Amino acid sequence: MSEIDEIVGEFLVESYENLDRYDEDLLALERAPSDGEVLGSIFRTIHTIKGTCGFFGFERLESVSHVAENLLGKLRDGELVVTNEIASALLATGDALRGMLGDIEATGQEGEADHAELVATLERLHAGESAVVAPPAAAPLADVTPVGTGTTADPVGDTEPPKRLGDLLVEQGVASADDVALALHAQELGDSRPLGEILMEQAKVPVGEVDQTLASQASARGLADSSIRVDVGLLDELMNLVGELVLARNQIVQLVTEDQDSSFASASQRLNLITTELQEGVMKTRMQPIGNVWNKLPRVVRDLSLSVGKQVDLVMEGQDTELDKTIIEAIKDPLTHLVRNAVDHGIETSEQRVAAGKSATGHLVLRAYHEGGQVNIEIADDGAGIDATKLKAKALEKGLISAQQAGAMSEREALQLIFGAGFSTAAKVTNVSGRGVGMDVVRTNIERIGGTVDVNTELGQGTTFKVKIPLTLAIIPALVVSSQGDRYAIPQLNLLELVRLEGEQARTGIELLHGAPVYRLRGRLLPIVRLDDELGHTRRDDARDVINIVVLQADGHQFGLVVDDITDTQEIVVKPLGGHLKDATLFAGATIMGDGRIALILDVLGIAQRARVVSEARERSASLTDRDEAVAANDARRTLLLVGVADRRAAVALSEVSRLETFDPATVEWASGKEVVQYRDEILPLVRLGDAIGVYGGGNGEGPLEVVVHEVAGRAVGIVVDAILDIVEQELHLDQGDGRPGLLGSAVIQERVTDVLDVAAIVATVDPARFASDTFLGA
Amino acid sequence: MTTDNEFCTFRLDHLTFGIEVHQVQEVIRPQALTAVPRSNPVVQGLINLRGQIVTAIDLRRRLELPERPEGQEAMNVVVRTPEGEVSFLVDEIGDVVHVDEHSFETPPDTVEGVARELITGAYKLDDRLLLILDVQRTVQLPTAA
Repeated sequence: MSEIDEIVGEFLVESYENLDRYDEDLLALERAPSDGEVLGSIFRTIHTIKGTCGFFGFERLESVSHVAENLLGKLRDGELVVTNEIASALLATGDALRGMLGDIEATGQEGEADHAELVATLERLHAGESAVVAPPAAAPLADVTPVGTGTTADPVGDTEPPKRLGDLLVEQGVASADDVALALHAQELGDSRPLGEILMEQAKVPVGEVDQTLASQASARGLADSSIRVDVGLLDELMNLVGELVLARNQIVQLVTEDQDSSFASASQRLNLITTELQEGVMKTRMQPIGNVWNKLPRVVRDLSLSVGKQVDLVMEGQDTELDKTIIEAIKDPLTHLVRNAVDHGIETSEQRVAAGKSATGHLVLRAYHEGGQVNIEIADDGAGIDATKLKAKALEKGLISAQQAGAMSEREALQLIFGAGFSTAAKVTNVSGRGVGMDVVRTNIERIGGTVDVNTELGQGTTFKVKIPLTLAIIPALVVSSQGDRYAIPQLNLLELVRLEGEQARTGIELLHGAPVYRLRGRLLPIVRLDDELGHTRRDDARDVINIVVLQADGHQFGLVVDDITDTQEIVVKPLGGHLKDATLFAGATIMGDGRIALILDVLGIAQRARVVSEARERSASLTDRDEAVAANDARRTLLLVGVADRRAAVALSEVSRLETFDPATVEWASGKEVVQYRDEILPLVRLGDAIGVYGGGNGEGPLEVVVHEVAGRAVGIVVDAILDIVEQELHLDQGDGRPGLLGSAVIQERVTDVLDVAAIVATVDPARFASDTFLGA
Repeated sequence: MTTDNEFCTFRLDHLTFGIEVHQVQEVIRPQALTAVPRSNPVVQGLINLRGQIVTAIDLRRRLELPERPEGQEAMNVVVRTPEGEVSFLVDEIGDVVHVDEHSFETPPDTVEGVARELITGAYKLDDRLLLILDVQRTVQLPTAA
């Protein structure tokens, strides 16, 4: 690298940093337009970039920053006040500069991006042709022109040199100027002692004061003097070495416990302590405050809320909370996504908020804190909340879950739907917000670094996303378990609790539910997975006195992992597995234990997937519904799917609905005089609801066919309706009505008279022999 | 074929194989193996190579040779690959041999199967054939085993 490249490199790094602060400063200025200090800082940033560009001959960069500087000059002189428009233009300038710096970094040239429009905007604003012209009295000059950024001739970019101790002491009234001068004179005459010591000896100042002043002088030296830039590659290497050291330490500590030679023991004790401290120290060098990610977010919130016409107040708490650099990188995108979602979908418009009795401005709170060796990040809005019922309806409509599953789902489970893949491309059929967009990616990214994400919501009150992530990826606390003599490590992050069944409990505690083992954990059924089964080991004698269940969480689901033994918890150094083991999805990596042997790290999500905990849980809840159905039949409260047919509304018990589908009318074929479509490799007979219940008119001409698929004994039939309206849960007071075919009667649902369908009778019209009416399960 | 004509040799079943010396990092004694359940059967396990975790591939299985007799321990030939070190488990380590370039011949068309894919050719030594292994291809396991 040539010298000039190096200088340009430094210029780039410095400019990027300056521009990040520039954005923050601008947002701050927008809130407090008369803050001269902030304005000064903004001005200096642009001025410095402009000056250096001129030096390097980056003309385009120089010209854009020059125009921006002119505008800032007017702001500083109080001729203009900051408006939204000006702030936007200045923010755009920052983006443009960043773009050009990026080009310089990549190619050494400024690039060809056209900034004519931006320059024109800046010039127009500079000429004062903004929508809002500065009201003469609004910004008194004195406020806008503070000390320090005073005149245009002010040397820009200079930071004051640290004050000398003597000056500080005089300033604080601790020592008199004469005493200090005398002491300085003594130094000049050859007294080699520090100034403070001379003064103390002469009893001119109290001892404590000097120390205190010295301390304040040290801190005033500022970050620039007390920190150095270190190459990330070097830090990574150090981290690796420390990992090795931790492993070696573990081995030695283990050896020592076997061999009680005292001098060796004390040496290893010391090694143990030093290693721990060194590990913490190196980890700290890689730690960065989460504020480094967050500082982009005020801009995101500002831009997005402006563009969707909302008012959002962003509050950030715990910016200083530190995380490993690799993690910071990994959570950047997921966090931004969550924040965007909160602004876009979570927080309502001002009118809606006022109508709901809330403040016009929405509040978005980001909170980060350490807890139990991990970092918690909360993204909380006080918006409309997520309607679980609507989520279910949408998932049902998209065929992600069956009607039975929808019925059996708790609100908590329903909320998990937003993380489902396929939920992302949601069409706006119902008025469920688009919260699901990309949430599957958010969750995948967070789980990739061993984190979890959870959501809490209260209708009308707001939504909180809670992200838990490990502090670092390299060294994590883990639970060591064994299966058939082999040890495995389970990341503590996935661990909820340990359950130990003994004696009678061990024999009867785990029950079978339709062949699937479950354990009643505080009244809820916990699916049980046996580690030896998943690892493909032959199962050992089942008559055991003790059963160890490790309760784990993955993908929003809990399950119990039965292991032979639970050894202990310890810090493990995570090492990746080679590319040859890509298909070994049960493992997230490996580590070296104290005895030098390798233990595999279990990938809890991989095990859950392999054991089909997710789908099993769903099947189970579905089978529970069947049983509950008998009970529910007597219970008047039902979950109903509302559909539209012509100008009428009809309701069908959700338990009768297997799926909702949309077919292209062109795919409809005819078989034995009846309409059919090809569906899942079978022929699905269709029945038009209007025809079946004698309601005509309306209907859709060319649009897609909305079909309610009903399944009986493995055979399906599709009921064509005009529209899928909603899913409601309510008590059904049936009016028997006039006994029309296909109807059980009518009821008032959502304040409208609604026909309640007799699905069995309707499908019987398709093929009376196939769909005998004994399958009737009506309300 | 190759300009480097020094080979690290080893035995597998009754065959003698060679790997270019510069691709071999080291040869080590039998190591404790940690099995990786549900992985490719060619992967015999993981070994701890001075704190580094290295995948051990059973070359007998990789080359579809008969299984190593019970009780016979395998030596490790650790090779360098772009994705890090990999250990080949072999029966017995031979010498490093220097061969005459002119004695090289590519495999005849009658050689089939995995051998054709992994063996680039043979040097005709006085008493036997030295089969040259393509390390790159050998460490690339077919997916979904």
